[in-house]
Amino acid sequence: MAVKTRRYSARDVTVLVIGLGVAVIVNVGFIWGPTLASVGLSATDWGGIGPIEGVGGQNYHDLAAEYPPFWSAIRNNVLWLGFLGLIATPFGLFCAVLLDRRLRLSRFYQSALYMPVVLSLAVVGFIAQLVYSADYGVLNAVTGLTVDWLGDSSINIWVVMIAAAWRHVGYVMIIYLAGLKAVDPALKEAAAIDGANERQAFFRVVFPTLRPVNVIVLVITVIEALRAFDIVYAINKGRNGLELLSVLVTENIVGEASRIGFGSAIAVVLLAISLGFIVTYLSQMFRGEER
Amino acid sequence: MTLTAPTAAPPAEAQRSPSRRPVRPLRILLHAFLALVALGWLLPLALAVFASLRPYEETARLGYFSLPEHLTLDYYGQAWSQAELPRYYLNTLIIVIPGVVITLFMASFTAFAIARLRIPGRKALLIVFTAGNLLPPQVLITPLYTLYTLVPLPAWLSDSQSLYDSYLGLILIHVAFQFGFCVFVMANFMRTIPEEINEAALVDGAGVWKRYWRLTLPLCRPVLAALSTLQFTWMYNDFLWALVLMSSGDKLPVTSALNNLRGQFFTDYNLLAAGSMLVALPTLIVFQMLHKQFVAGLTLGSTKG
Repeated sequence: MAVKTRRYSARDVTVLVIGLGVAVIVNVGFIWGPTLASVGLSATDWGGIGPIEGVGGQNYHDLAAEYPPFWSAIRNNVLWLGFLGLIATPFGLFCAVLLDRRLRLSRFYQSALYMPVVLSLAVVGFIAQLVYSADYGVLNAVTGLTVDWLGDSSINIWVVMIAAAWRHVGYVMIIYLAGLKAVDPALKEAAAIDGANERQAFFRVVFPTLRPVNVIVLVITVIEALRAFDIVYAINKGRNGLELLSVLVTENIVGEASRIGFGSAIAVVLLAISLGFIVTYLSQMFRGEER
Repeated sequence: MTLTAPTAAPPAEAQRSPSRRPVRPLRILLHAFLALVALGWLLPLALAVFASLRPYEETARLGYFSLPEHLTLDYYGQAWSQAELPRYYLNTLIIVIPGVVITLFMASFTAFAIARLRIPGRKALLIVFTAGNLLPPQVLITPLYTLYTLVPLPAWLSDSQSLYDSYLGLILIHVAFQFGFCVFVMANFMRTIPEEINEAALVDGAGVWKRYWRLTLPLCRPVLAALSTLQFTWMYNDFLWALVLMSSGDKLPVTSALNNLRGQFFTDYNLLAAGSMLVALPTLIVFQMLHKQFVAGLTLGSTKG
């Protein structure tokens, strides 16, 4: 191939080295460097000033054995993931399937569903307070209950997840809708001619072709579940039943106590979970791509 | 689940009369369901608007779900002037505009190098950049915070004299964090541009820069439009970076400043609703005007070419 024998002039090489060099430096300096530093610092008891001293796995031991919020955070993150993955995401897919047909008003339905996607999760958190507030909230007014939806630590995580799902469903719906539109209509016709009803055609024919989209949606769902932060922070700073791993990390630096080493250990737990998913996703994405 | 298969008409019949479609009950059911969901989705926003128009005293007495006695725009005025929202909007622009421009510039060049030039290690680069964008921010925020407090900046760049609590610091982290996603999307897009365009330029002896700036970038206008819409929204909506990396209340971007509308002991939720609406307004406007670009940006990343 002629392309392979292409030669670069000295000026070309300079442009490339500067352009890619800046990109790599920014990426390593601000993303991967700090990520690795989290791993290193997690084995220390550094408080932000003074000498850094290693403590081995002490932070991890304290985390698991002497820090109750850690286990509530793990539980809440798992719940969050389960709720988004098993309820919000399938519902988004369901809406996408319904909207993927010539329907009058389809535009309106779509717009309504993905309107919340453009909102900040902090704003979603504030809006949730209008709905769920114990004294003046709409939910209690309509149902006649007097439940403290956001204050009761045994139920507040559920209502917050519903608020988060409000935004997640639209996001998933957009992506599936684009995926469905890209499915070859001949496939569906062929299935129909073979006598498949719509449900069979979807699960046996259309859904398997959506595999790349499914992978992306899965990653988005996992990442959103691990990143969840703004919404609980806007509601009550992530306390009293709304603990999440992300909140615990942040609390150790923005709170009064600056426990860099301990906060980093929580970050490493978060990193380990997310890397598992990221590696799976990227190996799917780049598999067999040899260019 | 019966709604997933609402038509189930025998295909033979459908083929015989494709033009004449009688109103089927299942279709009505479908519309009823979708209309219900759509209204349910709009309700919280409508409620926030409604709450923001009513005095606190009234909703405290009657609850949010009640007929209004007074409707007023006072809270908007209050949020606008007392909470000094214009200043925070300006802060947001100071951060978001350079953030979007620098991200797209750096990402488009990197994507160009990865997708159009046969540089060694391009696949590894792309994987590292993409993976970086997928990390939860909290994974790196603790060392980043420390780093920011340690990096000195001249006083003319930042009155805090460090990267911490500076606009530059926020711009940089936005650029670094969003960079991976943009590279991924643009590299996929550039691969779909026919190779012949580059070939022709090669014959003319065009250098790397010219091929990037003059030949490739103009063809990327749709993807640039989509990504700038999306990146504007994401950076605008950021809450975490500003919360952790800023300390001066008067330098906060508008989304994070919203938290200031909460009192320490008492929160006027109607004022908060008005503030939330004012903060949400720019993204809702962008969404209404550019929703095609917005959707394209979200889906370009997911439908890989």
